[in-house]
Amino acid sequence: MNPTPVRPQPLPGTTPDAAVPAPAIEIADLTVAYRDKPVLWDVDLAVPAGVLMAVVGPNGAGKTTLIKSVLGLVRPSAGSIRVLGLPYHDARMRVAYVPQRGTVDWDFPATVRDVVTMGRYGALGWFRRPGRAERDAAMAALEQVGMAAFSTRHISQLSGGQQQRVFLARALVQDAEAYLMDEPFQGVDATTEHAILEILRALRARGRTVVVVHHDLQTVAEYFDQVALLNIRLIASGPVAEVFTEERLRETYGGRARLLGGAA
Amino acid sequence: MILDYTVRTVALGAAVLGAVSGALGTFAVLRRQSLLGDAMSHAALPGIALAFLVTRQKDPWVLVAGAAVACWLAALAVMAVVRQGRVKYDGALALVLSVFFGFGLVLLTAIQRLPDATQAGLDKFLFGQAAALLARDVTVMGLLGGTAIAILLAGWTRFQVLSFDPDFAHSLGLRVRGLDVLLTSLLVVAIVIGLQTVGVVLMSALVVAPAAAARQWSDRLGPTVALAALFGAVAGASGALLSSVTERLPTGPTIVLSASVIVALSLAFGPARGLVWDRIRAARNRATVQADLVLRALHALARGHEDPHHPHAEAVLALSLERKGVRRALEALEERGQVTRAGPRAWALTEDGLAAADRAEAPR
Repeated sequence: MNPTPVRPQPLPGTTPDAAVPAPAIEIADLTVAYRDKPVLWDVDLAVPAGVLMAVVGPNGAGKTTLIKSVLGLVRPSAGSIRVLGLPYHDARMRVAYVPQRGTVDWDFPATVRDVVTMGRYGALGWFRRPGRAERDAAMAALEQVGMAAFSTRHISQLSGGQQQRVFLARALVQDAEAYLMDEPFQGVDATTEHAILEILRALRARGRTVVVVHHDLQTVAEYFDQVALLNIRLIASGPVAEVFTEERLRETYGGRARLLGGAA
Repeated sequence: MILDYTVRTVALGAAVLGAVSGALGTFAVLRRQSLLGDAMSHAALPGIALAFLVTRQKDPWVLVAGAAVACWLAALAVMAVVRQGRVKYDGALALVLSVFFGFGLVLLTAIQRLPDATQAGLDKFLFGQAAALLARDVTVMGLLGGTAIAILLAGWTRFQVLSFDPDFAHSLGLRVRGLDVLLTSLLVVAIVIGLQTVGVVLMSALVVAPAAAARQWSDRLGPTVALAALFGAVAGASGALLSSVTERLPTGPTIVLSASVIVALSLAFGPARGLVWDRIRAARNRATVQADLVLRALHALARGHEDPHHPHAEAVLALSLERKGVRRALEALEERGQVTRAGPRAWALTEDGLAAADRAEAPR
């Protein structure tokens, strides 16, 4: 049984027969500044549909800001962003977001299932309470991330990796076309890391586009198809094999990058 | 006598305001806005005073309208100061609270110097006076509070996800800004309907206390909000009753004391986090450990003899363990049938005790 309905392919905004499909996310001339300090400077980035893309760069490179800009959570000083060929506001029901898990209060009175059900709240109108359909979708997503046994637990009783999986399940119930994830691998153990990776690959297999802020350079080549190297400016982006080079990394990290244990 | 019409009106009014502020206060607490509630309720004072100065009316609902406007201005002022970026959130709250409240006190003093006699009674808004509540007031409170609760229930899922994870709420396509303004407005309603009864100084306690108590009893939002409303109503009614049967006991402080009792009981006895249960669990653990120690000590002493059931004096055990409470541990072991009294203040292992000691000493 497959409880989450698979949307008919091709995804809107893509032309499957064309040699170069239209990008799922297209960012042009994006500049974001907090006060007078630029956080992102003139970024042009196209994320092809149906890929796993890592966004990599040092602390303060603007990785989170990039994701938040796509979601309309920060207001850019300049530039334009199109998601699934549309302005974000029109595509928002087809985009899912996994924030960093440290951004919420895990002491909030909610069970694991309560949190996952929130992924369906965008489709619930006023006066509506989540019903059986929402509960079933939440349980199916929890099943996918291997957390079904924890559904009635309070969220404060979870380990960091389990919290991360709950956030992932919450995004899965949205059944979106594009997923934006901020550090989903942060501070999780090897088992969870593997479980999350499997989920990302399953999303890609269903034609979804996944953009992941990532910090572990060692695993970029193994986990991802595409990579964007970011340090306020976009240093490079494209297929990992072409873009993820020692030289470009040095440019991104200012000569401090260590790849595969090699000397900087 | 105690349930005469006036007293019943007062109790009902206080229960209504307690329930409303309890329910909405839960959201304020979860969104870390407890202190914003405090700043807003203090900020109501200049609103009340100005409403009086402008209209020269003592109609409580005219004054309360002024209070609501001032509450909102205070909330906006906090946001504006924070956005300036030079003062942090807590500093902005303290600043706004003291500036508004100070201004309110100045206005109140000025009003009291006016020749016109109608001013008397404005200072009731400082600490509240339930006895002044009329049936008409309670009706208005019920209507305003009921509307606020109805809106809260209608947007329940929205307010829930807004309170837990506002960025995610935005990514769901919800209008976070508008929801934030709406929920804060509901909090303003909860605060202002209580001002006449509880007063500006202590109103925020009624926003925070029921929520804090309710959180001790439930791990889910729905039950927490429902319990907070119940606790608020109980605190309001009991406090108002107490103050109306006792002469010169101001209502606000009495209601807040009632709420504090509920908080203290909840902190002590709440099922998952209750301090009392924690203590009992810890004590039980200690007692078990202590009994095990005594059992093993007795076994060790008996090993020096041919007979493993050789009795030993309590004093020897106490010395060898360098601990107090050996007597109590021995009595506990006796209850379990693991030791037996072999004389006045002398004890021996039973068969059961011997087996238990072997088990306790076996490598795990």
